[in-house]
Amino acid sequence: MSTREHILAAVRTALQDAPAVPDIPRTYRQDGNLNAEERIDVLVDRLEDYKAGVTVVDEAAIPATIQGLLAGARSYVVPAGLDPAWLAWETEPSRVKYDGGGHGARSVTELDATDAVVTSSAVTVAESGTIILDGSPDQGRRAISLIPDHHICVVHSRDITQILPEALRRLDGTRPLTMISGPSATSDIELERVEGVHGPRRLDVIITKQSGKLPAS
Amino acid sequence: MSRTALGMPGLRPGSGNLFAEEKFPSAARRELGNSQLRRNLKHATSTIRTKRLNVTGELPDWEELRDAGSALKTSVMARLPELLEAFEANVTARGGTVHWARDADEANRIIHELVKAEGVDEVVKVKSMATQEIGMNEYLEEHGIAAYETDLAELIVQLDHDKPSHILVPAIHKNRTEVRDIFLKEMPGVDPHLTDEPRRLAMAARAHLRAKFLTAKVAISGANFGIADSGTLSVVESEGNGRMCLTLPETLITVMGIEKLLPTFSDLEVFLQLLPRSSTGERMNPYTSLWTGVTEGDGPSTFHVILLDNGRTNALADEMGRSALHCIRCSACINVCPVYERTGGHAYGSTYPGPIGAILSPLMTGVEAEENGSLPYASSLCGACYDACPVKINIPDILVHLRGKDVDAHRGGLPSQLDVGLKAASWALSDGRRLGAVEKLLPLGRAAAGKDKKIKKLPGIAAGWTQSRDIPAPPSQSFRDWWAKEHKES
Ligand code: SF4
Repeated sequence: MSTREHILAAVRTALQDAPAVPDIPRTYRQDGNLNAEERIDVLVDRLEDYKAGVTVVDEAAIPATIQGLLAGARSYVVPAGLDPAWLAWETEPSRVKYDGGGHGARSVTELDATDAVVTSSAVTVAESGTIILDGSPDQGRRAISLIPDHHICVVHSRDITQILPEALRRLDGTRPLTMISGPSATSDIELERVEGVHGPRRLDVIITKQSGKLPAS
Repeated sequence: MSRTALGMPGLRPGSGNLFAEEKFPSAARRELGNSQLRRNLKHATSTIRTKRLNVTGELPDWEELRDAGSALKTSVMARLPELLEAFEANVTARGGTVHWARDADEANRIIHELVKAEGVDEVVKVKSMATQEIGMNEYLEEHGIAAYETDLAELIVQLDHDKPSHILVPAIHKNRTEVRDIFLKEMPGVDPHLTDEPRRLAMAARAHLRAKFLTAKVAISGANFGIADSGTLSVVESEGNGRMCLTLPETLITVMGIEKLLPTFSDLEVFLQLLPRSSTGERMNPYTSLWTGVTEGDGPSTFHVILLDNGRTNALADEMGRSALHCIRCSACINVCPVYERTGGHAYGSTYPGPIGAILSPLMTGVEAEENGSLPYASSLCGACYDACPVKINIPDILVHLRGKDVDAHRGGLPSQLDVGLKAASWALSDGRRLGAVEKLLPLGRAAAGKDKKIKKLPGIAAGWTQSRDIPAPPSQSFRDWWAKEHKES
């Protein structure tokens, strides 16, 4: 018998009393009750609580907001599928490092030497301040939003749900998913929270007020 | 082998770091001598308790989520063979390789082979209870492979050649000054002017580990959840060390207990609400990673998952105790436990301390193993753990059940004083008339107490109770007598 069969046989032996399979009481909230504006308010509150930077802007103001946040960055990485309009202001193309698509993958050493990263996002949960990336072309592979020390992330108001069950329904669970709730943090020393350990130490979230055209993808 | 296992061929008890090598009371007595430890623990557990109550209290459907979580886990245990097979098929279909390990040694040998095959002599590690349980770091070290802990608390413990004392904050027993001293002594290249400010200490760890993350070829992780119907795995963390390990190396090896499965992806909607709020007291932990097999162009190109039994089937065979396997390792029960708050985690010997450890360790190994039979007594049965548990494990009931098993295991030959005492109590308590007769003896106890109305020394096994405390003299009249008299008069 293989180890696998041994273990499966042991599990069956352990369950020889044939315990009943219960019904799952799903009486918890499946949907939120806040309107779009209220969801943004809750999200802003949560993000500020996590010490993330937050700006709420009209869709048209995304490029200028990104430009402002990148003012101090010597270089930044962007996923190949990011809406090019968001970077139309850039006058120093050498600052921009595209990753993925026809551009190939940047090495970890190169990413480590890059100051910032700009991505979009898949869906965001207001109640817990959780931004979810799913590796779509406007978000890129996981390494690019991890290694640079400053993450600028755009959240469209149409992608904000109030609670987690609504958000998970909109995701494909088999894609590589990263749920981000604030900058990396530790409370390992006397449970005192320190923001910024191994992940990006600075997280800036740009929330758009109204739905507009879909980002290029 | 445990009693349950004796009746069920094919089950083997867990091995590795699951044992109290010393009886709990004597280990606890030693730890109680450390007042710095007690101060650190009191501060930490009370902080985390307040945070947890704040964030669980703000959800209008917290109790409904607990009910769903509890039912989901019950259903997983009942359906385990089918879910394990589905999980295996889905991981394999997505380019991962599934291995099975019956005990600590088998798991360690598989990991060692996999690491050797990559031709490296060091690996980075995400904090994981399963690898702690099987003693993986020590095993790899004996075989010439260095496993670097990357979680800050695990790093502190590893640098100090110490053992974790809490499942969520393993260095909870150390204060900032102790951490600073460990870093100054053990961290290569550390700034000699390092202060004990937590921010400075965290930054020292960041600098120390950065190069390791960027160059590691192999990472080893645990998993918080495995999704049967998709083969998806999940790691819940705070610092980003998990993301580093799960994303950057070429090869990822995940060790997961067979009980960690959930039926479907959408079931995460329950557990990703229960876990962070119960454990760190946050609305959501900073980072949660989910991955399914191998994704081209994103993350490791080789993925192995090791499904670990190590006594879990032993626990599963115990009908009364199997719900201990519902545990999602949030540590809420540990943080509310008055016994843990005083003794700390080391007194339990096993990787799993606190109330959950007091049931899980003996269930996985059998109560006869080493001193694990003493663990179910490490509780006053106050019930705080049950109230705090997000998946509603009735820890006090299981503690009592295991005490019974422990008493049974020691039976044989002459009945002990405890047996005789318990028998006498059950004889008296089972019948009102008998109890009345026993209560007639109360004045006798009063006479034994003397003038200060305190009994200073009890005879026989009860002597332990009076070693450090006096017992007030029994009242001259029992409550039952008083009640009968009052009600006759009125
Ligand atoms: S037994 Fe319950 S409260 Fe304790 S760690 Fe496990 S899930 Fe958390």
